[in-house]
Amino acid sequence: MKTLSSFVRFWYDFIIGDDWTVAAAVVVALALTALLSSLSLAWAVLPLAVLAFLSVSLWRATRRS
Amino acid sequence: MNGFFLVLATFLASAVEMVEALTIVLAVGLTRGWRSALFGTGAALLLLALIVAVFGPVLNRLPLETLRLVVGALLLIFGVQWWRKAILRSSGFKPSTGLDAYGFALTFKSVLLEGLEVAFIVVTFGATARRVDLAVLGAGVALLVVLGAGLLLHRPLSQVPENSLKFAVGLMLSSFGTFWAAEGAGARWPGGDLSILGILALYSLASWGFVTVLRREKQARSSGQEVRA
Repeated sequence: MKTLSSFVRFWYDFIIGDDWTVAAAVVVALALTALLSSLSLAWAVLPLAVLAFLSVSLWRATRRS
Repeated sequence: MNGFFLVLATFLASAVEMVEALTIVLAVGLTRGWRSALFGTGAALLLLALIVAVFGPVLNRLPLETLRLVVGALLLIFGVQWWRKAILRSSGFKPSTGLDAYGFALTFKSVLLEGLEVAFIVVTFGATARRVDLAVLGAGVALLVVLGAGLLLHRPLSQVPENSLKFAVGLMLSSFGTFWAAEGAGARWPGGDLSILGILALYSLASWGFVTVLRREKQARSSGQEVRA
């Protein structure tokens, strides 16, 4: 049981990291990109989303400290 | 396709993919340590050799878009976490500490993805012109040139301050991750691979803005605490 929980914790830390909202936002932004992929400006979704959720994540980190 | 142009086209297309992999290997090697970066590269090359040996001519049927989506999303998640920590360190909100030991996995995924793209280029170009030998020659020359550039670059880069390198790693992983993941999700970038430079420029500019604003915030808080004391 301990080995299993260490295994799950390792993969959680490895993929999700410090802020789970970053991973969640990447998945949502990619789903949105896929939905809008027929549009010529679909490429702009991901970089704009990255800047938006990074701003929120930084703001939350500085509020806490 | 003329033989010379076949070699040149394969050389250029392969070199672009190899430079992308080299950038990540150099960045991870300099910040995380060469042991994990080189082991990751070696393991990816072994798996790549196995895939090419087993699948050979059917390589062009591999789902590269899905691979790009998965590898790109993972690189983007890691990259943004590193980038975020580097911004917090540069603005004084987080003390400087070591990076987590993910060098192996990062170089493994990047080298495997780029290597598959090179194999795809060689098979497609070579099969189209019915001269796979010349396509292999073009990719081989590109490998030697890119490896030589990597050997020349790693020493001067090791003189750059540690936090600046970590910043650069976060930015580069995020830029490559954004490019690959969006492409894997079906978006088409204007300018193809060149748009990686545009993403890098946008993210660098945003970093400068974030660090400037957060430094001011940190200074304002520090002066507030001094006044109260």
